Amino acid sequence: MNTPLLSVRDLHVNFGTSEGDVQAVRGVSFDIDRGETLAIVGESGSGKSVTASAIMRLNFGADIRVSGSALFEGKDILSMGEEEVRKMRGSDVAMIFQDPLTALNPFYTVGNQISEAYTIHHPGTSKKELRALALDAIEKVGIPEPVKRIKQYPHEFSGGMRQRIVIAMALINQPKLLIADEPTTALDVTVQAQILELIGVMQEENGTAVILITHDLGVVAEVTERVLVMYAGRLVEKASVIDAFASPTHPYTRGLLNSVKSLDSDRHSRLEPIPGIPPSLIDLPTGCPFHSRCRYAASLNGRCSTEVPELKAVGNSWSACHLPVDLLAAPIKESL
Amino acid sequence: MFYALSVVNLEIDEIEISAEVKDISDSSGLSPWQLGMRRFRKGRLGVIALWVVLFYVLVAIFAPFIVRLLNVDPYALDRQAINDFGLPKGPLGSMSWNHPLGVEPGTGRDILGRLIYGTRLSLIIGTVGTVLSTTVGVCLGIVAGLRRGWVDSLISRIGDVALAFPSLLLIIALANPMTQRLESWGVPKGNTAKLTYILTILTIFGWVYMARLVRGQVLSLRERDFVEAARSFGAGTNHLVFKQLLPNLWPQIIIFVAMSLPGYVALEATLSFLGVGFQAPTASWGIMLGDSVRYYRADTAYLFIPGGALLILVLGFNLLADGLRDAFDPRSDRQQL
Repeated sequence: MNTPLLSVRDLHVNFGTSEGDVQAVRGVSFDIDRGETLAIVGESGSGKSVTASAIMRLNFGADIRVSGSALFEGKDILSMGEEEVRKMRGSDVAMIFQDPLTALNPFYTVGNQISEAYTIHHPGTSKKELRALALDAIEKVGIPEPVKRIKQYPHEFSGGMRQRIVIAMALINQPKLLIADEPTTALDVTVQAQILELIGVMQEENGTAVILITHDLGVVAEVTERVLVMYAGRLVEKASVIDAFASPTHPYTRGLLNSVKSLDSDRHSRLEPIPGIPPSLIDLPTGCPFHSRCRYAASLNGRCSTEVPELKAVGNSWSACHLPVDLLAAPIKESL
Repeated sequence: MFYALSVVNLEIDEIEISAEVKDISDSSGLSPWQLGMRRFRKGRLGVIALWVVLFYVLVAIFAPFIVRLLNVDPYALDRQAINDFGLPKGPLGSMSWNHPLGVEPGTGRDILGRLIYGTRLSLIIGTVGTVLSTTVGVCLGIVAGLRRGWVDSLISRIGDVALAFPSLLLIIALANPMTQRLESWGVPKGNTAKLTYILTILTIFGWVYMARLVRGQVLSLRERDFVEAARSFGAGTNHLVFKQLLPNLWPQIIIFVAMSLPGYVALEATLSFLGVGFQAPTASWGIMLGDSVRYYRADTAYLFIPGGALLILVLGFNLLADGLRDAFDPRSDRQQL
């Protein structure tokens, strides 16, 4: 059991557009173990969702180039044949989408859709069995009156309830890995916590590993063990959740944490936004992608704008920054 | 035929639902289809139009029985009813108990009988033409929308070319040579060959609008999460097309069919009127119209009979399409007529 469940190495994803190549993901590597929860954090366009759909091989179209490898239980997903990928999707690796309002087909009852997700991988299951399975799945995700609800259509459910159904569909084949792409972004704050808790419970019951993609640092702190921070298609920091929050190393991670308010922060302190905007993925800056917004870049005599920083160990974390290790490891309030 | 059956299904659905809606007063457990049918039933004009269309369909299906029942033979020549100049004796084109809508000048054939048989021909052309071009259009539209890239470009450009063609001129110009070619290939001579020619050419030029509509819908649907979600659950292409895309396309397809069918009926009449389509003694509204124009001074009633039948049918289908659109595509935000 020493080999990780999923091992992504040097993943690159490029989209060809009329304006030029969009380099959405550039050399991302990470591992995830069985049953583990891993968060990928970053702002819009940082490549986190693209990474997820590359793992699912969901990238449509001819203008997309994916390179690198993603070994799932030793088999490279990126070099699988179509049929093999189809068999893997849903049964080994399943996905939850951001917007539960559009993730369900309006023309089928939810019971029908849940059992459909099962029959794709278990053809020839009897109707009676399917009904029992769907009822069971709906009950497990905490929807009351399953017998009545199973016959209803998606438009009769609230957003939170629909997300529960999507989760039920994703977990019906007991996948080993669940990719949740911003599962709570489209939901009310009160419902968010319930959905996260549900994912946690289901994960424990089935021993599923979860990759949680989000831009919400609160969500990360609540449910995950390890965090990957992405910026402009690159990993800038890898750390345990505790390290990432208590002693963030990369200037970008620090900026992210400074730009949210927490309950224990001083109520008179001002939020500190990160200045500037993320770089265009078509016309990327040389060197560190963050250098134009980084307040320390000037102190390194132009190294930041010429040389791409590699991930290096800083205490228990990994950080892609040219700053010396002792500076990166310094407590957040001091020196930096 | 698949598509034609579904149109019939729609009507059956409606009858079944009417029983169901009565005991469930809220909208719980109703599919988008059922909700749409419910809205449709509330639009009075649409329902009336549906009955009108159904009436025509029944007349077309049971034409031989109706003709026998009314004792009007569309092909029998009644010399008694016309005078020596070939004009109908008596007022209004010799309307009488024997010939309720009068007789045809020149031959004395019964107009009601010919009208009833003409309904059959018009609806066959309309239905088969629509089904063929819709089938081709839907298939090509889905392929273009799903595959994108060069496949999409190829299909779209072929469509552009088909639309750019002066199709009516081509239909008229090719009518005789192509009909003869078809006959030499073993298609039965006469009306069957004509019918085959007209249907083929209608399909060749008619699929484009449907394909464009479907392509656009597929392009937007495929970006919706449920299609992506189905893929993430391991669904194959067949599943995507038949289970995810088509159910979402049906309302649009049916509305489009209802809108384009009268166009085909009118086109058949136009072609027959111009002498390109069927020839007498075949009973066709277009032939009757063409014929009546020659006699309109002496026998004005004759002109209005096939014209009126055509007008009501086309109007019925258009109002039906409007009703369906209001019911199934509420976002189109049109006021009820």
